[in-house]
Amino acid sequence: MAASLPMRATVPAAGSGVKQHASWSPYDDNGGTVVAVAGDDYCVVAASTRMSTGYSILTRNKSKILTFNPKCLIASAGMQADMETLHKVLHSRHVTYQFNHRRPMGCQAMAQLLSNTLYHKRFFPYYTFNLCAGLDEQGRGAVYTYDAIGSYERVGYGCQGSGKELIQPVLDNQLKAASPLVLPAQQWLSSLPLEQAVDLVKGAFVSAGERDIYTGDDVEILILTKDGIRTDKLELKRD
Amino acid sequence: MLPRPQSHSAALGPGCTGPSLANPTPLGLEPRPVRHASQAPACGAEAFVVDPVALANGQPRKHTQYPYVTGTSVLGITYKDGVLLASDTLGAYGSTKRYKAFERLRKVNDACVVGASGELSDFQFIMRLLEELSDDDFCMDDGHRLKPAEVHSYLTRVLYNRRNKMDPLWNSIVVGGFYAGKPFLGTVGMIGTSYTDAHLATGFGNHLARPLMREKHRPDMSEEEATALMHECLKVCYYRDKNSINRFQLAKVTADGVSVSEPFALETKWGYKLFQDPAANAVGTW
Repeated sequence: MAASLPMRATVPAAGSGVKQHASWSPYDDNGGTVVAVAGDDYCVVAASTRMSTGYSILTRNKSKILTFNPKCLIASAGMQADMETLHKVLHSRHVTYQFNHRRPMGCQAMAQLLSNTLYHKRFFPYYTFNLCAGLDEQGRGAVYTYDAIGSYERVGYGCQGSGKELIQPVLDNQLKAASPLVLPAQQWLSSLPLEQAVDLVKGAFVSAGERDIYTGDDVEILILTKDGIRTDKLELKRD
Repeated sequence: MLPRPQSHSAALGPGCTGPSLANPTPLGLEPRPVRHASQAPACGAEAFVVDPVALANGQPRKHTQYPYVTGTSVLGITYKDGVLLASDTLGAYGSTKRYKAFERLRKVNDACVVGASGELSDFQFIMRLLEELSDDDFCMDDGHRLKPAEVHSYLTRVLYNRRNKMDPLWNSIVVGGFYAGKPFLGTVGMIGTSYTDAHLATGFGNHLARPLMREKHRPDMSEEEATALMHECLKVCYYRDKNSINRFQLAKVTADGVSVSEPFALETKWGYKLFQDPAANAVGTW
């Protein structure tokens, strides 16, 4: 994750000074991994449910996904308190939007709103790493990937959080996106059938769970199609 | 309604004391406070939100940087028809056992208790916030009370807001309650980290008691079983946590309401071989 942000307390080397009293940081990394894969007419979103601090597990069942409507949701990893706040802000903005416009917010609009919301706190950032996912106006899968301060990009698949380094290269290899250097820019979508995409995501989480201590317990999987949202659950190792 | 106490400033967010707006009086009614040039925007316009405390005394605000008097772990478990919370009654000044009868489990209303570890003066401030809310509920006289989930959510906002001000309330708080036939158990940390679970522990308890709970807890436990598990967890925490004392309280929330027990002690046994000769199995120690 972003190396410039403070993450975990480090143990001072022996003899490097006597610890006088407790200290604190406004940031913490609670771990967790989120993945989204967009297809021609579907979008698969998955998030692990373990919440940790340092080497301790706080709870095994904490959802990282906020569903706004059947065509738009966000999944966030990083610091849980910031994530909760960001979700509350976006939820209330979504409610207001519906009062003003008499329709739920589209995925593209939510993607821009999330970017603006993150950049609004540019100099005291939300320590969250987000994916905004859903179905676009044409009914195709859409995934937007972000950094902590709101830079974003539409992609065909995305991965964020503590298991990112393990899962992203596997997705790159298996889904083979068009190079971003190709001109004119190509809108890339997975050609995988839905069931294979779900299996790929499940396999990726099982693998990440083997090596990443912050990914484990359960995976919450949401499958968005034109018929609505279907949920699935994958149990990972609880070690 | 009577004017609200000032602990919930509209300008500063929940849990911050101050006037409800940064500029509380209209122009001309009262002389404006003198501002330090660095606090006024260069364009000459009014600052939108300036910390009123900093304006009032001309000094920078002092922030909590570390805790003084602290309480150790609070434990909580759900069972078949309610929730149990437990903690000892110690307020420690560093490693001095300074206050030995400090009650760290408090009733909020008939459906909710909170327990706190961490800085105890901050906990007393938090209890004042909750009492203000309860008093408002009482004055409304419509029989409505804050639900446990609402208390938990509120405390999350208070602690998170104070963290954003770089002036944290140095506590980990456990909220236990019983509402609509279901037990509620949630916790909030000093930077606003919050979650709910079937069993919880703050601080050392997360290392010492939580493994026992994971092994033995069931959601359908009877009250006797839950109490026995809680006693066992408290005992382990007392054996291994030097900032704890053998004087505990147990709070229970069920459909019948809240009860916080009188302080009690648990029977301990220090005659174990490993306690008498701790180095027996550890080669190289003395």
